Amino acid sequence: MRVALFLTCVNDTLYPDTGRAVVKLLTRLGVEVDFPAAQTCCGQAHYNTGYRREAEPLATHYAETFGPGLAAGAYDAIVTPSGSCAAMVRELYPRMGERARAEGRGTALAAALAPVVPRTYELTEFLVDVLKVTDVGAYYPHTVTYHPTCHGLRSLGLGDRPARLLAQVRGLELVELPGAEECCGFGGTFAVKNADVSSAMGADKVRNAASTGAEVLCAADNSCLMHIGGTMSRLKVGIRPVHIAEILASTEQEPQA
Amino acid sequence: MSGTFVGMPAFPKAAHEAVRDTTLRANLKHATHTIRDKRARAVAELDDWAQLREAGKQIKDHTLRHLEHYLVQLEESVTAAGGVVHWARDAAEANRIVTELVRETGESEVVKVKSMATQEIGLNEHLEAEDIRAYETDLAELIVQLGKDRPSHILVPAIHRNRGEIRDIFRREMGSWGRPAPEGLTESPAELAEAARLHLREKFLRAKVGISGANFMVAENGTLVVVESEGNGRMCLTLPETLISVVGIEKIVPTWQDLEVFLQTLPRSSTAERMNPYTSTWTGTTDADGPQAFHLVLIDNGRTDALADEVGRQALRCIRCSACLNVCPVYERAGGHAYGSVYPGPIGAILSPQLRGTASEIDASLPYASSLCGACYEVCPVAIDIPEVLVHLRERVVEGGEATQRGTRVTLQPAKGHAVERAAMRAARWAFTHPAALGAGQRLAARTRRLHPRSLPGPGRAWSATRDLPRFPAESFRDWWQRTNGGKDTAK
Ligand code: SF4
Repeated sequence: MRVALFLTCVNDTLYPDTGRAVVKLLTRLGVEVDFPAAQTCCGQAHYNTGYRREAEPLATHYAETFGPGLAAGAYDAIVTPSGSCAAMVRELYPRMGERARAEGRGTALAAALAPVVPRTYELTEFLVDVLKVTDVGAYYPHTVTYHPTCHGLRSLGLGDRPARLLAQVRGLELVELPGAEECCGFGGTFAVKNADVSSAMGADKVRNAASTGAEVLCAADNSCLMHIGGTMSRLKVGIRPVHIAEILASTEQEPQA
Repeated sequence: MSGTFVGMPAFPKAAHEAVRDTTLRANLKHATHTIRDKRARAVAELDDWAQLREAGKQIKDHTLRHLEHYLVQLEESVTAAGGVVHWARDAAEANRIVTELVRETGESEVVKVKSMATQEIGLNEHLEAEDIRAYETDLAELIVQLGKDRPSHILVPAIHRNRGEIRDIFRREMGSWGRPAPEGLTESPAELAEAARLHLREKFLRAKVGISGANFMVAENGTLVVVESEGNGRMCLTLPETLISVVGIEKIVPTWQDLEVFLQTLPRSSTAERMNPYTSTWTGTTDADGPQAFHLVLIDNGRTDALADEVGRQALRCIRCSACLNVCPVYERAGGHAYGSVYPGPIGAILSPQLRGTASEIDASLPYASSLCGACYEVCPVAIDIPEVLVHLRERVVEGGEATQRGTRVTLQPAKGHAVERAAMRAARWAFTHPAALGAGQRLAARTRRLHPRSLPGPGRAWSATRDLPRFPAESFRDWWQRTNGGKDTAK
């Protein structure tokens, strides 16, 4: 199995450790990983803020970056460690193609996107549905609580896939997060445009997380973790954010902090 | 819509105060969490919920697609049953019609069934200016009216009030509207309910004119339907001699049988009940029983404009159950008043900017009053994709474009105040279509990382006021990948 890693602009720029963890994890599971260097950003922030026309060239760029490799059989899937970017590609790209067509701009966008959309997977989804593993051989001796991010939960319908993966990690104690399904308040530009409400939501999420007594709050999306982690660090609650890929990549020989 | 909200500040500013009001936040949190848990249990009882939801969506979509046909059919059946149908293009027209109808009866008082449509057009305020007093008879509406307050929830307009506050309002205000509150009224729910009952009974028995809205109008037989919990609505619908129902044109269902779907989904979604305690239906007039004159005032007030919008029109499916409000994390913190409309919460955020346009500051800010978490879409019993409409309306705000206003196609200009953001989005789009430029930017940022402030200037300040920024890494992933040949050349 060969995959193209779509790391996303946020992870590439701010969270390279997550990218390294994904590479380590997939390689350990016998998957060959490529990182097409032309990749940039899925355009979600543009789209969700109302700049659909600005997001279109980014969608096209995504298709041009990953499409030829898929067509040539150079890789079997595109994998991304971000629930919200996977949701952007899978749920919103088709919609963009459809809107462009409805506006009389032809079917070029829809046609370009068609091959990449169904073969883009969020990491935990890829592990459970495509590789069909839940025990990835990980070791992580910490108490962990899991926050299901909104896009992972509602757009992608990840369900209990992340929990099943975490349940197999040796040494890990999974504790339930109260109000788990509530949004953390990030919401991209929402965090800036409605900073007061966003902060209040973030603070409640962090208080709920701290009440579990866990050392680590994990999620499958660094954007949400950036917001939650930024709030944790300000509120000094003694719990830290970790991306699920870093937990799953951790082994007894090479443990992650 | 009503003039009550003109000059409302934009959502973020209105929410700023609400977020700091700890009593309000506690009241809201308690109320919404209780009802949302109960709703989830009531919905889980039905194993065909998904089919009911789909059926509700289909019925509404079909009706909206053939709205003209069903409106004509409704007018015919209402007229045949002895009612009179009036058409109102906007709020002013509707208010004028209702005022004239009340005047013709010679009365200067009316009793009212809780109704979103009459709130939307600001009927009470208009009647008051015309020296006609409108008495709200729904318990929560009564609390709002006595408290000279504004409703903050579709279903529970006084959700922002606790018992102590309600007792104080009753004691202070009931006397000047009619029967005063009993001496020594406490905040026990039973006593509060009894005080309201006595106060309202006097009004029901005196009233000659009743004004209502309707949850549904059945086109095939001209029957209107109100579902409620307290029974006050039924009193208003049956006791007065004249009944005036003010209803939005989107409330039609084609057949009596269609109600089967909504009478299951509405109560479970709104009050988490299997069936609402009172379902009242009325069809025209009947000799010597109930109102002897029945008027139906059908209001458009922006609805056909919304109908012309391919993405936005789904908002007209709404059956006003308020489930989306109760699950919304933004509503929970900001409260209903921040939305500057009688329609608060997620549905308000997509309905108000469609009915009123996006020209005002508050209406331009409403599509952004959401983190797009999708909880509203998940609970909506008619499957309105609220996040999709929010993003669509955001586009209208920042990019302008085609829209229908008062029946005419217009090209909207982008709203003011987005120039900097638009420039940033364009710059980002440029960088993201030029990977080399992105890489260079990352390297520059990495080299200067020790100089980065922990808080941001400009628009970013709102972020760093309550959250620490992540530390910039020494090396981006793409640089690491290149340097180490995908991690193969070095252990690190
Ligand atoms: S939008 Fe849906 S959930 Fe919200 S009030 Fe309307 S019908 Fe209910």
